[in-house]
Amino acid sequence: MEYKDYYKTLDVARDATQAEIKRAYRKLARKFHPDVSKEPDAEARFKEINEANEVLHDPEKRAAYDALGSSWHAGQDFRPPPGGVHHDFHFGADEAAEFSDFFSSIFGREFHPGAQGQRRRRGQDQTARIAIDLEDAYRGATRQLRLDIPEIGPDGHVTSRTRTLNVRIPPGVTQGRQIRLAGQGGPGINGGHAGDLYLEIDINPHRLFTTDGKDIHLRLPIAPWEAALGASVSVPTLGGTVNLKVPPGSQSGQRLRLKGRGLPGEPAGDELVMLEIVTPPATTDAAKAAYREMAERLNFNPRAEMGV
Amino acid sequence: MTQTETRIEGIVLDEGLMVTLTELTQLCGSSGRVVRLMVTEGLLRPKGRDPDDWRFDGLEVRRARRAVRLQRDLDLNLAGTALALDLLDELEQLRERLRALEHQLGQRRTRQLG
Repeated sequence: MEYKDYYKTLDVARDATQAEIKRAYRKLARKFHPDVSKEPDAEARFKEINEANEVLHDPEKRAAYDALGSSWHAGQDFRPPPGGVHHDFHFGADEAAEFSDFFSSIFGREFHPGAQGQRRRRGQDQTARIAIDLEDAYRGATRQLRLDIPEIGPDGHVTSRTRTLNVRIPPGVTQGRQIRLAGQGGPGINGGHAGDLYLEIDINPHRLFTTDGKDIHLRLPIAPWEAALGASVSVPTLGGTVNLKVPPGSQSGQRLRLKGRGLPGEPAGDELVMLEIVTPPATTDAAKAAYREMAERLNFNPRAEMGV
Repeated sequence: MTQTETRIEGIVLDEGLMVTLTELTQLCGSSGRVVRLMVTEGLLRPKGRDPDDWRFDGLEVRRARRAVRLQRDLDLNLAGTALALDLLDELEQLRERLRALEHQLGQRRTRQLG
């Protein structure tokens, strides 16, 4: 197993005071708390920070850890000293059940699977993120998810098991929503129920649309005459192309609502179309002539409101 | 290392989900007393007047779970937890708006270049 440098994890010196350790732990806990942090590995980092704190904040455990000596470095192959394992420590956190093999080789485990008189405990809830395309959020999809699940073997050691879950994602999920998969989290202890797995949805950026909850937004380019005279134009939606009536006298920045064309649900979201007038290039003589004619005939000052 | 494969369907924690006080305490691993305090603090807003009639939607379930974890892991009091949750909600909304604006800006640039 790998040696863990708990001082390095908390970024403190080996002779740090208990107050310095507490301060360092609190600061990192706020930074990597999975509910706060956007770091992709927040969950794993937070676990490491907690494990380091479990050892260093308690003078007894810290002394036992220090007794291993200071010549070890993180990741080095570690073998517990023969006969020198202490198993009479207490653990504050429920997470102690999921601490590393390195941790349990020194401090033992509070829970010994199969042992008599041990309290039955529910497994830990777990959270994982899953990125899906907007089309999948619209239609629903099945996604394969690979999870490394820590398992406590009969000898009390932690082994890892890869589990593949085929998860059905129902239509209409939105950015940041969670899907609860009951009983798919950490294993229970002494016959306790397994925890739940919460899948948090991330919607990948889309070529055309952005989302706001169940609503989707689209910038729609239109020609000047379509804006001025009104027109029926084709508009992409998640469910396919639809026709949209652009009213006469429309301007750039105006928004039109396609009711119920957003993500499905009760009620379904809307598609909000923002008009954007695009001018045709004046690259031919005919186009230039047409622009000049407009300039002469329309008597139009777009900056009139600015007083210039 | 072993491998198993399971096909499963979950429950989306959204506006459509409604759970009772007892169900909520099970989902967030907390007590009825703690949930009642959260409601008093305005941190959770269930539908219904009495605790027996309370119904929490999926978004409230997520809020409650976050609150329990933040309180436990960062040693926050209830008011501090409520503040953190409100700020996190705001942060998420701003991030989504920023994503949308950056996306639109990106589209504009492409059009200018093209």
